[in-house]
Amino acid sequence: MPLLECRNISRYFGGLRAVGGLNLTLEPGELVGLIGPNGAGKTTVFNMITGIFPPTEGQVLLEGRDLSGLASFQVTQLGIARTFQNIRLYKEMSVLDNVRTAMHAGRGYGLFDALLRTRRFGAAERRLTEQAEALLERMKLTARRDEPAGSLPYGEQRRLEIARALATSPKLLLLDEPAAGMNPSEVGELLELVRSIQRDFGLTILLIEHQMSLVMNLCQRLVVLDFGEVIARGTPAEIQSDARVLEAYLGKGATA
Amino acid sequence: MRARSFAIAGAILGLYGLLELLRQTGIISAYWAQIMDLSLIITISAVGLSLIYGFTGQFSLGHAAFYGVGAYTAGFVSKTLGAGAPGFVLALVAGAVAAGLVALLIGLPILRLRSDYLGIATLGFGVIIRVLLDNSHKLSPTLGGAKGMMGVPQLASFVWIFWLAVGAIWLAANLIRSSYGRACISIREDEVAADLMGVNTTALKTLAFVVGGALAGLAGALYAHRYPFLHPSTFDYLKSLDVLLVVVLGGLGSLTGTVVTAIGWVFLLEWLRAVLPSEYMDLRGVVYALVLIVLMIARPQGLLGGSSAKGGKRRATA
Repeated sequence: MPLLECRNISRYFGGLRAVGGLNLTLEPGELVGLIGPNGAGKTTVFNMITGIFPPTEGQVLLEGRDLSGLASFQVTQLGIARTFQNIRLYKEMSVLDNVRTAMHAGRGYGLFDALLRTRRFGAAERRLTEQAEALLERMKLTARRDEPAGSLPYGEQRRLEIARALATSPKLLLLDEPAAGMNPSEVGELLELVRSIQRDFGLTILLIEHQMSLVMNLCQRLVVLDFGEVIARGTPAEIQSDARVLEAYLGKGATA
Repeated sequence: MRARSFAIAGAILGLYGLLELLRQTGIISAYWAQIMDLSLIITISAVGLSLIYGFTGQFSLGHAAFYGVGAYTAGFVSKTLGAGAPGFVLALVAGAVAAGLVALLIGLPILRLRSDYLGIATLGFGVIIRVLLDNSHKLSPTLGGAKGMMGVPQLASFVWIFWLAVGAIWLAANLIRSSYGRACISIREDEVAADLMGVNTTALKTLAFVVGGALAGLAGALYAHRYPFLHPSTFDYLKSLDVLLVVVLGGLGSLTGTVVTAIGWVFLLEWLRAVLPSEYMDLRGVVYALVLIVLMIARPQGLLGGSSAKGGKRRATA
């Protein structure tokens, strides 16, 4: 069974069609890139999958389960986590607490344990903190543990967003332009990082990215969107020589 | 960690002993004892709003309405049952529960609103409660309506007020320093992100609103048993502003700030009453408005606001 299946999903904003009739299937363990020019509807696809803007038409299925009608927090609890194109960390909270907050659904204690500081509360909090610290270690953020997230340099904020997404224990990770604003050496590190977390956490990853070096090196398969529709699918090599893709990016006549 | 808890408990016990001694011996006059009690009652209420606004970021202009619901409910229960410790305890519980229930009922529909709109909705709620209290004699003559309510047994002694204030602060601090508290703060920081990180934002906003409202209700219940005359004007929206000022001045997201400011605020107002000549008494409002303006310019993050201050600090490093 595919991990994620988007069946003919469309999203309209008023009369404007942002995405139309998209079909997308992700098998477990795949790393797929979603590319396309600005305004092609890539982030809208993420928003439909995570339930921020549910599809106007069509269905999204996770492991065969229809996600229609679920709130975003429920979708996340079922195993889909994401990062944001425009970083959305909790700026005034510490780096550690940014990660621990994402573990709220799996906290393992109730309100009265928290209010009365029961033994169960103590044990569960220690476990959460250890897991969060392990994720920070993994993302090379241990030194920043107690600093407010907003004070981190850009590249570290991007890594913290990934750490926070991983803290929700996802099966599917959606990365929205993780390399935006990074210099080439940071992009190189990010590439290794994404590969290693995919392997170690057994993740399926769908990636939106404009940095072609990253996409071409990382993804097994690419889906190209333009004006809300899929114009090409295939391996990076196939996409690089696809006339319609070149046209979408560079304009008509570029291939002539 | 454990040693520290014991040290804090010991310090609080010592403080209580000292204050009780000073009161019993008359070194703290009955007048100032009354002010001290009021400062603790306001603290309980302000801690409630701190949870709602300071930590969860839900802007509320109707906090005094929960305080009023608690006071009138407790007063009614106590007057009906008569003087006695069991009736008093029941009245306190009833005051807190009634306010919490009202918070739940009002919170479910309005907490989906964001900031300014939520402020206006809570303001409207405060006006509704004020009008209901003004007309409460139609429901039961015991409640007194616009003439006010008298005859509630004055059972809230210092021992009750002090330890309930300590208990309220303890529970609030425990809540904040748990996964629930972190989830609440994440809603304040970025509600969309919180939702996408698996936090049921509606449930947590409602939780903060209910706990915060119940604390205001408890404070109101104590007030009803400490000050012999209850009047609807004590619970109108201007009083909501007072509590809001305390929470903002203390620093959003700082429980210590809220507690210190609540106590300081009540004493400041009384001190002004003592030092200002009677013909200038009306200037009291001007003085505390000035304090507010100066503080907001000098420390926009509040007295004890977080380390990542939006104003001063960033400007200093730039």
